Parts: sequence; C-alpha cells; structure tokens
Amino acid sequence: MGIIKALKLGFNYLKYDDDGKVEETRRAIDDVNLDIEAGEFIAILGHNGSGKSTLAKHMNALLTPTEGALWVEGINTKEEPELWKIRQKAGMVFQNPDNQIIASVVEEDVGFGPENMGVPTQKIWARVGEALGKTGMSTYHAHSPNRLSGGQKQRVAIAGIMAMRPKCIILDEPTAMLDPIGRREVLEAVEELRRSEGVTVILITHYMEEVIRADRVYVMDSGRIVMTGTPREIFSQVDTLRHYRLDVPQVTLLAYELKKAGVNVPDGILTMDELVNALLPETPEKAFTAESITTSAPDETAAAVNMTAERRD
Amino acid sequence: MALELKDVAYTYSPGTAYEIHALRDINLTVPEDQFIGIIGHIGSGKSTLIQLFNALIRPTSGNVLCDGEDIWGDSYDRRALRSKVGLVFQYPEHQLFENDVLSDVCFGPMNQGKTREEAEVEAKKALRSVGFPEKYYSRSPFELSGGQKKRAAIAGVLAMNPGILILDEPTAGLDPKGRDDILGQIAQLREERGITIVLVSHSMEDIARYADRLIVMNKGRIVYDDSPREVFTHYQELETMGLAAPQVTYILHRLKEKGLAVDTTQDTVPGARDTILEALHAAGTQKEGRADV
Repeated sequence: MGIIKALKLGFNYLKYDDDGKVEETRRAIDDVNLDIEAGEFIAILGHNGSGKSTLAKHMNALLTPTEGALWVEGINTKEEPELWKIRQKAGMVFQNPDNQIIASVVEEDVGFGPENMGVPTQKIWARVGEALGKTGMSTYHAHSPNRLSGGQKQRVAIAGIMAMRPKCIILDEPTAMLDPIGRREVLEAVEELRRSEGVTVILITHYMEEVIRADRVYVMDSGRIVMTGTPREIFSQVDTLRHYRLDVPQVTLLAYELKKAGVNVPDGILTMDELVNALLPETPEKAFTAESITTSAPDETAAAVNMTAERRD
Repeated sequence: MALELKDVAYTYSPGTAYEIHALRDINLTVPEDQFIGIIGHIGSGKSTLIQLFNALIRPTSGNVLCDGEDIWGDSYDRRALRSKVGLVFQYPEHQLFENDVLSDVCFGPMNQGKTREEAEVEAKKALRSVGFPEKYYSRSPFELSGGQKKRAAIAGVLAMNPGILILDEPTAGLDPKGRDDILGQIAQLREERGITIVLVSHSMEDIARYADRLIVMNKGRIVYDDSPREVFTHYQELETMGLAAPQVTYILHRLKEKGLAVDTTQDTVPGARDTILEALHAAGTQKEGRADV
C-alpha cells in the first residue's frame, strides 16, 4: 500500500438552516481513488471549486470522508485516536504565508511543531537548524517573520513542517501570492526536501510551469479525477485541458501553435530546451552555438543557419 | 481625466529610526485611455505608488496633479477624486461586506449621493460588464466562489464610474480560465468606457498580453516606463531586480543565439509563433537557394 491511498472517496459539504437541519448538500469530492507511493512528487491541477483543496484536506485529516476511506501510511483517517499521528506524517502548507506563521522569531516558529509533539529541547534545536538549512533560511533564523518576503515566509512555513519530520508534505497553492523569484525559491526548497529526505510531495497549483517536474499529475473537475498521467502526457492534451478551464505552460502552448501551423515538433514539449532542440536540432558537432557559427559549416543546414546569422548582423 | 506625479517622494516614518524611503524621484503621467502594467519585487514601492494615485497617502515631497490641479491643495475635493480613481485591493473579497451582492455594489454610488434606484442601475451595469451572473445578485457575497467574489468587488468600484481603475493583483489564486476571463473583461472595460486601467501584477505573461505600457519599479524608483516589448528586451536587468520576462522572451533569445533570425521583442505566444514561422521559412528558403555551397 502506498503512503496515501483513497478508495471510492466521497465528500459532501452540508449547509444548515437556522434550525440546524441540512438545507443544502454540495458534492465536493466524488468517487476518488488514489494510490500515491512514498517519495513520489504528485501535482494536482483543477479549476477553482474543482475539489482539489478539499481533497488535500483529507490527506492530513482536516476533513474526513463522507463515503469511502483514505489511509495515510495505512492509518484510516476516520480513526479519531490516530489523528495526531496522521498530522505528524502529513504536513500541510497553505496559500497565505501570513496565516500560518505564529511566532515572533523565525526559529521559534519552526520549533513550534516539534515542541508540540514533545520532542526534547536539544533535539528541537537540531531539527530547527536542519530544517532552516534545507529551505535555505539559516541566515534568517533570528529574524522577525514579518520582515521577510512572501517567498521567505513560505520557506519558513515549509521548514516548520519539515521540523516535524513528516513522510509527506501537502502544499495547497503555496506560490499563488508570490513574485517570480519567490516562486522559484519555494519550489527549489520543496525539490531539495524531496531529494535529500525522500519526502512525498503533493503540490496543488494554478501555475502550469510548476508541474513539469512532477512524477504524476492528477487533473480534477467537479470533484472527480478526470486525467492522470506524466506531465508530458497531460500537457500534450491542450484542448482537453482548456475544456477543464486549465492551461499549459507557455512553452508547451507555443510548441502546440507551431505544430498546428505545420512545423514538425513533438507533442507535449515541456521545457525551453526541448523546444529549441526540436526547432534547431543539434548536429553531432554541436555546430550551432554562437561561437561556432563563424567556423566552417558542417552541412547545408548549418550553412543556412550560418547565413541567417550573418544576415542578422 | 489624467493624473500627473511630479518629483514625488514618499517616506514612511520620516525623522525616526524606522525611516524608510519608499519612493523617490517619481515623475509620471497617467493619461486617459491606457492600459498600464506595473511590476516590481515585493518592497519596490508599487503599492505605495498606487495609493498616491487616489490620495490615500500624501507625498512627503512633490505634487500629485489631477487634470492639472494639485490634489493636496486646500480646496481640492479629495473625496470626489477617490470615486474617480477606483482602487481594487489585492484581496478584493476583503472589500465585500453587505448582505447581498447587489447592495454591496450599490454602496459606492449611494455614497456618491445617488438614490437606491439610481444606484441599482449603475450596479447592474457594473455587474454585467464584469460578467457576474444575474442569478447570484441576491446571494450573500461570502457564499460566492473566489472568482465571483473578485468580480463583485471589482463591480463595486466600477459602479462609481471611475475614470481610472487600479487593480492590485486582481487574479491571485484564480484558475487560468478565471484569470483570462477577468483580465479579458477588464481590457474590454477600457475599450467600451475608455477607462484607464492600472494593473499591478506578478505575471509577466498577463502584462505582455494586455498592457500597452509597462512601468517597472525597483527600490522606490521607476526604472523602466515603456511598451512591454521594449521593457522585456532588458530581461537580464529585470532578473537582477527579482523579476523576469515572459517565457517566450527566453525562448526567442535562445533561438536567436542558436542562429534562427527571430524577432526577440515578441512577448506573446501568437507573436512568437509568427516570428518563428517566418524565420524558419526564411532559413528554409535560403537553404534551398544555397544548396550548392
């Protein structure tokens, strides 16, 4: 069994009237089956209201299923005595960094989780130091969190989760409020944790570029999982994604548009390197770098490129 | 209406140990009928700047002029100015407070002295132009989805018929379709009503697509004020400021480095597609022509 497993998971939000009777039932999750292996990097995409945050909240037992069941490392989240165990195994980072930082000094904030768990003081400091190091925030250990940028605050929040040594970290749109550099910082911190600690990562995001390094992508719509696959498999289906109100990374869209216009590029291009190489294939001599353009042309294509380059100058 | 900032500086807590120079040497004009994007790293001064536009804060030095008149002059009606320069904050949903959406949107025009009936006319017009569905008019604004909340909040500002609409990251947290819808509707507002739009955004792709002028802030100063295409040619400098150009800009530069004669100033997907197609075609033609080499 994987680290997170869901079987026929269903969840209803109930709305009560003034007398406490159920007035309205809204199905937020419908028949979801999951099997996430330890160490995997999973991305969940879906439009606003598709059920992805509700699903995420099931993964550390903030919500429990109306139907079906979800297991975190074999523990059923419906078993209430196990709640704290589950939350130590699966930590959650939310969208707004200001909502999850509580202490007035960075290192105390990071130490809050392990302290709550009853970790001995010396070990807490060791864990705090390690978590701040892994998220690149060591220099700020004695700073006040309110003086940090959004990206730095999110990294403190991630460090706070890491200090609890979870098996799994769930990030619910952690970069929605950040500028490009802040986004990169947070993703690099997450990547580092996965590499060094083997932590399972579940990333919910609206930024398609953040998904390309995932092992698997789930796309949600109306509470159901409607697409599953590698980023390449998912992003080759531009039209289906648009139907689900989603997008593809700009480079993928450009490749798709070029292909529609008759250029020979493969489906599901994910990175700039892939597109550049598809458009201008490298010769064995790697002849097309700017330095080598002036040297003798190895074949016709290079000659053409060579000429184009000259004309440009 | 047009705004003008002349030698404006703004300092937080002047004369104390916590003195921070948030803005310096700001000179700029916000004319009628323009879509202006503002980008800048956190702490670059962009939020301070937009608060100067509708007299929420008073410059430490320099002047803010609206149609030539100093808005901090003794007899100037700053209350009226604030309804002409509408500001939608980063979390527009925090601006909602009434029991139902329609009343919420009516609040602004009624504050301007309109009757409930007159206000409703404006409110409905505003809700329609942001694509807010009529069936939700009587709903509590707090029961709406994120995208609808944002629409209701934007409509609340729009109902006051501002000449300038300033939006601070209006699409944070929305899905791609919701983002495109709202930005598309904002762009349309400008076309229909000639409203000047000032959009603060972290998304270079959105700026490239919608704005016709881009102001880049860094450390309290304006470093670039030009068309997005022109500004994005400085992508390396932008990176040193914690910013970046749209992804296509990088792709085009890479292609050009490798010898494909593309126009690197294109900053949108259709623009990039066209210049790549053209360049590939030109390269192909030359290849045939020079087959004897």
